[in-house]
This record gives sequence, structure tokens and C-alpha cells, in this order.
Amino acid sequence: MTAVFRISGAGRLSQAKTASFSFDGKPYSGIEGDTLASALLANGVHLVGRSFKYHRPRGFLSAGAEEPNALVQIVRDDARKTPNVRATVQELYDGLTAISQNRWPSLAFDVGAVNDLASPMFSAGFYYKTFMWPKWAWKDLYEPKIRAAAGLGVSPEKPDPDHYAARYAHCEVLVLGGGAAGIAAALAAAETGVRVILADEQAEFGGSLRFESGARIDGQDGYAWAQGAIAKLKAMDNVRVLSRTTAFGYYAQNFVGLVERVSDHLKSPGRELARERLWQVRAGRVVIATGAIERHMVFANNDRPGVMLASAARTYLNHYGVAVGRNVGVYTANDSAYAAAIDLKKAGVNIAAIVDLRDNPTCPVIDEARALGIEINFGRAVVSAGGKLRVSSMTVQPKNGGGERTIPVDAILMSSGWTPSVHLFSQSRGKVAFNDDTKRFVPGTYAQDCVSVGACNGTDGLDATVDEAYAAGAKAAKDAGGKAGKGAKPKVDAGESWSRGMLGAAPGAGPGTTVKAFVDFQNDVTAKDIRQAVHEGMHSIEHVKRFTTNGMATDQGKTSNMHGLAIAAEELGKPIPQVGLTTFRAPYTPVTFGSIVGHARGALFDPTRRTATHGWAASHGAVFEEVGHWKRAWYFPRAGEDMHAAVNRECVTVRKVGGLFDASTLGKIEVVGPDAAKFMELLYTNPWEKLETGRCRYGIMLREDGFIYDDGVVGRLAPDRFHVTTTTGGAPRVMNHMEDYLQTEFPHLNVWLTSITEQWAVIAVQGPKSRDIIAPLVEGIDISDEAMPHMSVREGKICGVPTRLFRMSFTGERGFEVNVPADYGEAVWEALWAEGQKHGAVAYGTETMHVLRAEKGYIIVGQDTDGTVTPSDAGLDWAVGKKKTDFVGIRGLTRPDLVAKARKQLVGLKTKDPKVVLEEGAQIVADPKQPIPMKMIGHVTSSYWSENCGRSIALALVAGGRDRMGQTLYVPMPNGTIEVEVTGMVFVDEKGGRLNG
Amino acid sequence: MLLIRCPYCEEERPELEFRNAGEAHIARPTNIAAESDDDFEKFFFIRANPKGVIYERWRHIHGCARFFNAVRDTVTDKFVMTYKAGEPKPSKLPGASK
Repeated sequence: MTAVFRISGAGRLSQAKTASFSFDGKPYSGIEGDTLASALLANGVHLVGRSFKYHRPRGFLSAGAEEPNALVQIVRDDARKTPNVRATVQELYDGLTAISQNRWPSLAFDVGAVNDLASPMFSAGFYYKTFMWPKWAWKDLYEPKIRAAAGLGVSPEKPDPDHYAARYAHCEVLVLGGGAAGIAAALAAAETGVRVILADEQAEFGGSLRFESGARIDGQDGYAWAQGAIAKLKAMDNVRVLSRTTAFGYYAQNFVGLVERVSDHLKSPGRELARERLWQVRAGRVVIATGAIERHMVFANNDRPGVMLASAARTYLNHYGVAVGRNVGVYTANDSAYAAAIDLKKAGVNIAAIVDLRDNPTCPVIDEARALGIEINFGRAVVSAGGKLRVSSMTVQPKNGGGERTIPVDAILMSSGWTPSVHLFSQSRGKVAFNDDTKRFVPGTYAQDCVSVGACNGTDGLDATVDEAYAAGAKAAKDAGGKAGKGAKPKVDAGESWSRGMLGAAPGAGPGTTVKAFVDFQNDVTAKDIRQAVHEGMHSIEHVKRFTTNGMATDQGKTSNMHGLAIAAEELGKPIPQVGLTTFRAPYTPVTFGSIVGHARGALFDPTRRTATHGWAASHGAVFEEVGHWKRAWYFPRAGEDMHAAVNRECVTVRKVGGLFDASTLGKIEVVGPDAAKFMELLYTNPWEKLETGRCRYGIMLREDGFIYDDGVVGRLAPDRFHVTTTTGGAPRVMNHMEDYLQTEFPHLNVWLTSITEQWAVIAVQGPKSRDIIAPLVEGIDISDEAMPHMSVREGKICGVPTRLFRMSFTGERGFEVNVPADYGEAVWEALWAEGQKHGAVAYGTETMHVLRAEKGYIIVGQDTDGTVTPSDAGLDWAVGKKKTDFVGIRGLTRPDLVAKARKQLVGLKTKDPKVVLEEGAQIVADPKQPIPMKMIGHVTSSYWSENCGRSIALALVAGGRDRMGQTLYVPMPNGTIEVEVTGMVFVDEKGGRLNG
Repeated sequence: MLLIRCPYCEEERPELEFRNAGEAHIARPTNIAAESDDDFEKFFFIRANPKGVIYERWRHIHGCARFFNAVRDTVTDKFVMTYKAGEPKPSKLPGASK
């Protein structure tokens, strides 16, 4: 069954291909090629939404991307419920389900509409002024309530099941916009052989040729010419034609973001199709052919469903074959609305009257309208639209006042002129210029290699547009390296040209009036609101915008900005260019998060690094923690153990017998070359020249300001070769720091730096039995205490594979760190594990590692230090070479503040109650009775339960800490103050005898 | 996203491959330990932060890994030129009007 407002013979859709859909649960029928908007209009449905603030009934303003009113929710299934979809761009598919938004209980009867009656309360700045106090209530009370009332659809609660593709592309000429201008430019550029990309946001190319009924190019109907040209372009190897593709952002160096809607228009897109595809295009030259957007008239109740842009009504008729009413009024200050009236009249729709604000305009279309018998009223204004859920009348008055006359209508077409779409030009950082004659902003000074053509450049008329665009396309291609083209310029046989129009409030909505004449439909901003903002002191357009929210909705003020600006300028008594234009920002139209995120979600959001023993640890029940990108085994609970029990067992066993720990994530850098020792001298505080081959040293790296940057054990493998270890998190920045100095400050040194973190797996074997565990597997290395004392390194074999075997310890026990090529890591671990089990050793994780090192007072850079700690503060003065004349940080260390007394120093803390474990980060005070805010003298940096000590232990940075040994300090916590005693940092084996076995 | 010309690779590469490394042409004093507090402050803490042309260091960290120098306009973000580390500060900039 044909919908009642579908006019047979009109439009370009094939009536045979029907598609059924539902809106708010009611079934309707449309035609393939319809948008949701055209299909609803064909069924006589104008009421589609409620406005954001006042909950006023709203219909369709436009037929395109600028639509501020007709926002609906498209529901495919539980997880696919897209809110705020513009019905004017959503293509119809069979089975489409749409629901209206921001209404309760129903669209026709909405309780929230009480806001409209109370609207004197809700004027500009209402929320700012009203909900100021009490302060706490904004977050907890007001904002949630206001948000619920001002709904913009409902977000789906399930994760987005769709996938989104991304592509990079390069071309010599990128053409944005596929109307007559864009197509002409693309043809000219393509003929030169350069790579061309042509993108348009619509499903069909043609732009305004979709509604311009009289246009003829190269002897054909304009729209047909466009389709032929697109077919020709698609057939060329050097051209990529993208429909349903919006250029949403124009970035530096001709980098343009496009989003292609791949499957939102399909009934059941297969899993193989992405929902959207993000194109990131780098173009030699960009041709901007984005056209112009028609503006509405600002008069009372201009938001009633059925009141729409003249060009929209024309598009619905000429492209979709839909009449937007049966008895239509026209209100204009511009010629283009006449063409709409003529087309509708010819299609059998009654035109009740044309009301033209201008006094005695002359134009062929006016004569044509008159010849068709349409009533024309010059010098008059529509001062109000009647009706509520649908416009029912227009009240007409001479523009300078006088008798009113009410004309019944079921739709009003309006046009106050056309605004060039300078959004992308402006985003490219080009500066717009105001043309005082035509009252519009057009591209002025260019900042990038781009050119604007056609209506977006302020060029009027199809003939001039095609001329300009074709020449610009050819020039862009030539500038980008193309050869001379051999094609012929399209010849415009007939086309339309529109004159100016007006900006700002129409008569009846001007200064002194309080009618609801909407400027910004989506944010419910009226002419009165803008004037009020100026009265309240907002004299910059940026302030007016933020105070009224004019142009700040998702439509970004495509229809409202110029009106708002003109009203503010009139109120300020300044010319428009002096008030200025607000900044155009990306995205041009809303872009889904999905298309920006692309594949970077879930497991692909961030890389995960796993060590060679990850699989073994996982199969042995390890709980993992994330350390940077690494997954590290945290602890290995046995049946029935919680984390505490597991860690306690692991800690005790390591000190009693031994344990295995995967230390592979530690950063490792090989410093090699004739000047390797000299380089080490400069990068670390310690002396290195005299370190013997085969020995190790704990090194400290400073920044130039004298603060600790990183630390680690360094082994000298040969006179010209050091194996440097860094902290896990510090590995990349230490490498960068070293490279920086080597390349830029010490380029005379002959040194190579190589990151070997991932090349070597590291298995720490620690504890009194560590030597017994490794002994059966090691070949060619004497591992006796005499031959291989603490802090030494040997190269040899273990389990038949090469090893760099370190005798070192981060536990305070006799210990080895077995480095093997990463591919052998798991096998060697398994062999060591088998040996360890013979002795009763455990596998332990990072938590036990942390406790054991804290029991010995070994610091962790980044936990016990924070970028403001010197070696002296950390009790590591001994590691700074006193005789050295240079190293990075040497001068920083002598800065007055760094040698001042009473700096925060690292000390140990013991709670008076041994069972209490302090919180890391807790603040420390000397006197708990002082008034709040108390003077804090330091904080806890590390704190653990130590099963080995049978009590809690902690490290802390405390002002003048080393002079406070034995003092009682206090840690105020929400549940009471904790007493602590300042101690040394070593809690186990203070003399260090266990290190040496 | 900017395109930056690496003077070692001799081609323009996307910004993602690079990392900024602060102001250029600030040499570490050869006898840094003897610097006065004021001189050290100037060397380590004080930076120009100009509106307009800035000389800065970049590293092609995800490419050849070399540090190099660049001249960039902080207003437009445009790279005026890039050159190798150790080369003198250019006395005349390409396309400079002044």
C-alpha cells in the first residue's frame, strides 16, 4: 500500500521496493532508498521528538546532516540501540525499529512538557543561577535529576558487539563533498592521472542537485549528470569514490579524518562487515566543496512540527516523492523558497500563501510562482505558527505592524538564506572573512594547501560553481604533480542562483518581545535568550554561546550560529564581524566512539608482555599482577591459602631453604665499546673504571638535577662490555636517557647500547640452598663461595645452554640470577624447579620479592623514591664516587636545597603494636595532638607483614629521619592514631652475613 | 597528525614515530661540577617557551632512534626545518621573511 503523502510520479525511488519499519511500536511502510524521515513524512508523521529542555513537540527541520530536531533511537537488538540518530540521515531498511526520545509516557503526551509552561523560569543561565548551593547537592542531587529530565536517548547497557575498521590513505587530491562542485573538481583532477578521493556524506551523490528540479548539465537533468559522472569516476583506477562518508575533522598538514558508514543502512549486515570505517587521509591538496546550509526564519513557534526548511520540503518531493503537507504556507526572505513552492504546486499541493519579508523583490521564480496562481505577500511577516503537535496555521502581519490574518496550513516552508559550510575550512585553521554585502562568512586567508569551491566559498549559481570547481580541481592536481588533463569541462545549460536573505530575529520576535522564536532548536535557545545573555553582560560571542548554549548541541549550530550572532550583534549595536564567529571544531557531525577506537579494545587495547615462564606460572596457580605492560606472577597460592598465607609461606621458605623467582622483566641494557667504562662513569654515580671483569656493582643513575632516576646491578663481562640491569618500569626511559647522552652530549665516546631485556630470561634462585639447587645444572663455572663470591658474574652453561650467571641477591640470602636466552627460559626454569623441589624450595612471586627486599631495607626506585630523593636521602651515599669529577647529576647534588639539613630521609618504622601493618602512603606527624591541619613530616613508602620478623615492618621518608632513631612518631588514620618507632632500614640479618652464605 | 622529516632517514614520517625531547642548543657545560648556582639554574631549569619559532630536539624513537634538531612554529605547529644533532643553529630559516 502506498503511503498517503507519497506522490506518484514524483521522486526517484522505485515504488516497487517497499520496506516495512516501526516507529514507537507502530508499523509503517516505506520504500527502499528512503531515509527514516522521508518514510515517516510519506506516512504523514511529522511529530518525532521532544525538545531537550522544554520538551516541546518537534518534527523535521531539514533533510540532511544539519538536522537538530528529529533525533531518534535506532534499535537493532539488546546491544545495538543507537541514540540520537538523525532520522534525516538514517537510511531505511526493511525491519528498521525506531523509537522517540526524551518523552514520558508518550510522544504525544509528555509530562516533561510542563517545563514549557514554566519556561519563564528556565531562561538562559537558569541552571547556573539556580543550582549553586548547597555545594554538595550539584553532584549528588541536581545534576542526576536534570540529566534524567533532559534526556538525549538511552545508552545501550551491553558492550558494542560491532567492529570498526580503520584505513590510512594517501592521495594527491582529496575532494570533500559530492555535489555539482565536488564532482566537477574530482573530474578535473582525475583526468590528470593523480590519485583522487571523493567523499560525500549522503548515500547518493549530487548534493543540491537532489532537489534542484531545473538544473541541466551537459544536456541532461542535473542529478542524472551527477550519477553518470560518479560512474565514470568509479571506473577510473586512480579514483576512490566514498559515499556515506563524512569528513569530520581537518587536521594539520592536510590530514583529514573521514568516517564511512558501512552497514548502518543494511537490514542484516554480516559479521564480515564493519559497522563503520575510519579513513585517515593525507592529501597533497584538498578541495572543499561542502555547499551551504539553508537557515530557518526566527519567529514565534517556528519549531512546531510541520515547520521546515524550504529546501528540505523540496528534497522530500523531488528525491523521495513525498509531499510534506497538503496545504502549505511559505515564509521567506530569499528567492530559493519560491522554487520549493513552485515544485510543490506543480505536484498538486496547495500553496496557501507565500509570505515574503522583502518589499518588492524581483526574480523570474517570483513571476513563475505568480503565474501559477500562488498568493504572494510582500513586506509581511509570519509572526506566529499555530498548532501544537502539528502546525495548523500561520499568523501574518505587515512587517512594521498592523492587522493580523491567520491562514490555515499544515506545513510552513521557510528560508532566510544560505550559510556557506565553512566548517572544514575553519578547522584547517583558515580565517573566514565577512562579506558585508551578502552578509555571510566566506573563506578568507588559507592556512593549508586547500581550496574552497562553490556554495561553501560563497559562489552563487550552478554555472559559476561548476566553472570554479573544475578549474580548482585541475589546479590542485597540477600543483600536486599531475599532468595536464584532457577532459572537457561540464557545460551547465540551466541552473538556479539564489539571492541573499536575512539574519537574526524576524519581525514579531525582535527586541522587546518574549515569544518563543527558536534560534537553536536542539538546545532550545530562543532569540530572547540571546538578548538576555547580552543584557546580563555577555559581550563576547564566545560568552553568549556558553551562557545560552547556542550552537553547542550535537548539530554544532549549523542552522543557528549565524542567527545567534546577528541577534547578539544587534543587541550590542556592533557590526557582525566585530562580534566575531565562534570556533568551528571537529567533529563536523557526531562520530561514534567505535570508529575512533577501531580495533583498539579488549585484548588489543594495550600490548601485554609475558615472560618465558608465564605458562608454567599459570599452570602452577600463580595469581598475576600488572606491572606496566608486563604480567608478573604475584604469588603462588596453594589449596586453601589466601594471599597472606601464601606470601608468608613463600617468605619463610626462601630464607629457610630457597625459592625461584622470575626476574625477566627487569630492564637489561648491554653497554659495549672501547669507551664503555667511561660512559658508565658518566651515567652512574659509582666508579666503574676499576671494577674487575667478572664483578658486579649496585649502580645509581641520577638525573642532572641530582635526584635518583634508576638503579640496578651492573656486571662487567669484559673490559669493554657491561651488562646493566634497570628497574622493570624504568627500562625504556633509562635506555632513552643513555641514548640521549651518548648521541648528543658524549658523542665522542665509542659505545654501543643494546636493549637486551627480552633476549634474556632471568631466573632468580635465592636462599641458603640456592647453590645446591643450581649446582647440578651448571657447566664450566666454579660456583664455590671462594671462586664466585657475592656480586660476581660468570659466563658458562646451564642445562647445556649459554648463561650469564650472576651471584647477586635482592633477598639478603645467598643468591644467583640465572640469565639464559629467552627461548630456553621455560625449560631451564623447569629443570631448576625440579632441583629446587628436592630441597623443598618454593616458586615465589613479586609480593614475596617485595617483602624480602624490605626486610633488608633494599629500596625500590619509584616506590621508596619519588623523583625528589637523593642518594644521601636514601642512605646510599656510599654509592656515589667521591673522587669523580663528572657524572650526570654531580652538579645537581650540590644545589643548596639538596645539601640542606632536615631533608626527608629514608628510615625504617616499627609500629608499637607489632600486629598493626601501616598503610603505604600514610602521612606521619611528630605531635598527634596538634590542631588540624597537622604538620606532616613524612610518609610511609613501603609496609608489609613480615612473617620472618613476626611483626610488621615499614620504610618511610621522614624529615631529618636519621637523627630521629628511636623516636616515637605518629601516623594519624581515620580509625585512630598509630604509634611508630623510627629504626634503621634493615630488619633481617643486619650484618649481611647470609649474603655470603 | 604531523609529518616530520627525519634528517637521518631523509624522509617525512608520521608524528607517531617521534618523541619531543625539549629545547635544543643547550649544551651541557664541560666542567659542570664547577658551575655556579645561577649558571646551573640557567642550564637546567630555564627554557625559552616562545610563541613562534622554537628550536627543539626530537627523537625518531620508533624509527632510526636518532636525536635531531627541529625548528617549529609553536603557533601553527608547522615544522620549518629539521637538521642533525651537532649541527649549528641555522642562522637563516627557509621562507623566513625577517
